[in-house]
Amino acid sequence: MALNSTQIMTGAGSPRELPVAKRTPKMLRRLRQHGLIIVLALVFLFPLLVMVSTALKAPQDVFSSPPSLIPSEWTFDNFTKAFEQIPVWRYLGNTMLVAGLSVLGTVLACPLVAYALSKVKWAGAKPLFIMVLATMMLPPQVTLIPLFLIWNGLGATNTYLPLVVPAFLGTPFFIFLIRQFLMNVPDDLLEAARLDGASELRTYATIVLPIARPAIVTAAVFQFVWAWTDFLNPLIYLNDESTYTLSIGLYAFFGENDVAWGPLMAACTMFTLPALIIFLIGQKFFIGGISAGAIK
Amino acid sequence: MSMLTRRRPEARSTRRTEGSKHPRRNRRSFWIGVAFASPFIVGFLGLFAYPILASGYYSFTDFNLFQSPDWVGLDNYEQMANDDVFWKSLANTLVLAVLGVPLTIAIALGGAHLLNTPIKGQPLYRAVIYLPSIIPIVVGGYLWRWLLNTQYGFVNYFLSWFGITGPSWLQEPDWTKPAIVLVVLWTVGGTMIIYLAALKDVPHELYEAASIDGAGPWRRFLNVTWPTVSPVTLFQVIVCLIAYLQIFTEPYVLAQERLNNISSGPDQSMLTYAMYLYQNAFVYLKMGYASAMAWVLFIVTLIVTLVVLASSKRWVHYGSK
Repeated sequence: MALNSTQIMTGAGSPRELPVAKRTPKMLRRLRQHGLIIVLALVFLFPLLVMVSTALKAPQDVFSSPPSLIPSEWTFDNFTKAFEQIPVWRYLGNTMLVAGLSVLGTVLACPLVAYALSKVKWAGAKPLFIMVLATMMLPPQVTLIPLFLIWNGLGATNTYLPLVVPAFLGTPFFIFLIRQFLMNVPDDLLEAARLDGASELRTYATIVLPIARPAIVTAAVFQFVWAWTDFLNPLIYLNDESTYTLSIGLYAFFGENDVAWGPLMAACTMFTLPALIIFLIGQKFFIGGISAGAIK
Repeated sequence: MSMLTRRRPEARSTRRTEGSKHPRRNRRSFWIGVAFASPFIVGFLGLFAYPILASGYYSFTDFNLFQSPDWVGLDNYEQMANDDVFWKSLANTLVLAVLGVPLTIAIALGGAHLLNTPIKGQPLYRAVIYLPSIIPIVVGGYLWRWLLNTQYGFVNYFLSWFGITGPSWLQEPDWTKPAIVLVVLWTVGGTMIIYLAALKDVPHELYEAASIDGAGPWRRFLNVTWPTVSPVTLFQVIVCLIAYLQIFTEPYVLAQERLNNISSGPDQSMLTYAMYLYQNAFVYLKMGYASAMAWVLFIVTLIVTLVVLASSKRWVHYGSK
């Protein structure tokens, strides 16, 4: 009984372990329990189903009124057309390059800075932390124009430098996230290593990095999805079609008077897939990460 | 007392002997700190400090990218006051926030409540609801344009089941804002999961006590759940408000008609503040004016946040502390 109440409290108990009041309408009860949640989940999932089904419809099926989710004929025609209209592979490659380098930068820089903020005893830790918080709160629009002018002055428009270099200098949000995580690591652990004569860099690499792995993976997964889905920065910095990421490359499906919905949805599906895969792999970190970042 | 002990000569002498070691160690750890923090120090100077100063300076200049900035004092700010489009974009943005923030909070908390029931497959449901948050906003925007299509879209088709003739969402000025909010609400999963984590911390005894006192579900929600999660709600309201004040991609994608074409929806009803700022900067190349707009946005954000924080004393409860 005591076990049961803790299970209810933590929400860990499955319905089966609760006292069964009536046996007969078990299916119904379960359905009612799940019902609203299933409806809610379907509402969120439905648009994605429409995306995939539109992508797989034959051109004559795309424009059907009333709309239907099940195509009369499954075909990859829209994908073929998408590849004809825009260089999908190149845009995918460009996007992958930007996202990959951003993740690399984040993983290299953010834990370093977070370590300096939490585990190195020095006078700069506090003021620097305040700077991290302040930059987190500043609207990006304030720095948008001078940043554009800097990169433009350096001749770096139409390159990926403006999209990627900032990640190597540490993203305030991720520094904050990893710092919060490191604050919970006992100092004794690091002190022991230092007493053994390990250099600061060695202590960092062999003790801090492995411990902070969950936080670093969270940051990496978030950074991947942010860079993958970013729209504003590619819009500002990339003007040469060969450098486009998918975010801005999809425009090509908007014609003078109409939109090529079938191929567009096919391209959208291909654009969504990598983010989806990363999400499924990193799901645990993702969902843990957002609640940790918010509540701590 | 402590003053006395500190002045005792022995104490001072021990400090002095240690003192000869400490500065060196402190200096060492100072440079270690600087070394580890160096990426952010460079980033802060290059990506924040300098740009903030520069943007402040540009906001007082006439600057079109090709000529060097020309000091004009408060002209940009005065021009803003007389710019109808500026006011229109500000009003549009505020309407979106007023419409979107309460809906986000209500749906996120309601959904979290549903998900919080001990139920099999909860991780799956949670993942499905969070899923749209990782979909590229551009994809979400195009997808919803398709769903909201008057003739071939599912939204109006579903409405017709209930005998409702859906509006032409993206063609009627009155309906474009609900359309934008709808697209944003699709990504409410992140907020919902933060609430879910908060709900797990609500002490079960409180619900039991309320039930014994004869409180129904609604009373239990008002008297137990709502006050307990109110600090989280404060956080969510502020984050959500700031996001709405800066909203750009969703309306941009929903309004977009052609490649590199400035579109702002019927009767400019989808033109948000951030969109107008972007247009001024990168389409009209009025860098000075856009910088001034960025500062006004910053100040508006600050004021709105402070107002919410000030109001929070009345409705946020901080546990037993």
